[in-house]
Amino acid sequence: MRVLGISGSLRPDSYNTRLLRAAAELAPRDVELELLESPRLKAVPPYDEDDDNGAAPAAVAQLRDTIAGADAVLFATPEYNSSVPGQLKNALDWVSRPFATNVLRNKPVAVVGASAGAFGAVWAQAELRKVLAAMGARVVDGELALGHADTRFEADGSLADEEVRGELSAVLDVLIAEARPQPVAQAA
Amino acid sequence: MSTSTVEKRNTLPTGDWSLDSVHSQVGFEVDYHVGTFRGSFSPVTARLEVADDGSARLTGSAPVTGVRVQDENLNAHLLSPEFFDAERTPEITFESSEVTQSGDEIEVRGELTIKGTSLPVRARGTVGEQAEYGERPYFGLKLEAQVDRTQYGMNWNNPLPNGKPALANDVTINAELFWTRS
Repeated sequence: MRVLGISGSLRPDSYNTRLLRAAAELAPRDVELELLESPRLKAVPPYDEDDDNGAAPAAVAQLRDTIAGADAVLFATPEYNSSVPGQLKNALDWVSRPFATNVLRNKPVAVVGASAGAFGAVWAQAELRKVLAAMGARVVDGELALGHADTRFEADGSLADEEVRGELSAVLDVLIAEARPQPVAQAA
Repeated sequence: MSTSTVEKRNTLPTGDWSLDSVHSQVGFEVDYHVGTFRGSFSPVTARLEVADDGSARLTGSAPVTGVRVQDENLNAHLLSPEFFDAERTPEITFESSEVTQSGDEIEVRGELTIKGTSLPVRARGTVGEQAEYGERPYFGLKLEAQVDRTQYGMNWNNPLPNGKPALANDVTINAELFWTRS
């Protein structure tokens, strides 16, 4: 089982990237949680429909391949102006094409978020779930809103609070369960 | 080619009937924004068994991937987990539990399964004219039912600028069924 972690932050020391690293540490042994390196997100050019007419830019093609190769995707998003960071949304706009066959269609995805403020990027998370569902992804119910993120990590990057670790594990469990082979409902 | 209408009977004719899927239509309508959004399913398969005592049993199914709307992106949205979830629940099925007639009006109660959820529905309609072309009898049946899509786990919506939801919850399913003797 391969889970791809995508942080919506481009900062090397981002709280959301740290949250995904903590998730990787908590993942069950048979689950490999690999993070998309932030320079790869940063390399995605602005979406221009006039540029979307054949071979995708290299950064986009590689991002699509990486997502296609994952069984599930765990997003961790910061929040800017009550919404999803522009570069993450921009990358998803590229990934969503062609719409009917995009690589996130039917892909199990979960969304968590961290912010230095009190609310843990809840509004950005809600918007990201909406965007992912519109793209056809299988958005799971689990959530984690990590507020006051500047106080939540130990020096080694691990989550300081046992309860938060449990919540993150729970999100991961729901996501992994969704990504396991599912029986297809048969007609009676 | 000789064609003749042998009789007009507006009650369910006895026997086993198969759906002429080319001439039948199963569609849906739902209020969207300032108008109505419509789609249909093709192919649909169905069977109708009418016993001598007038009791009847109607069963049918349609693959979810057969949903047809006027835009391929909307089609893709309908197949996604937000709506029908074609990957996990590829089929819609119906099975009647009770069919009652009064004049040429008909009521069909049964269980409609969409997205893995089975719920009771009541369809009402009319039995159409029966005709025989060559040696093959045909007759028509129109049915209409209302379902609440959110009860089937289809909860997508977006608020309009006036704050009202863009898409209604109540969906009308209408079926124009063209039967031939099995």
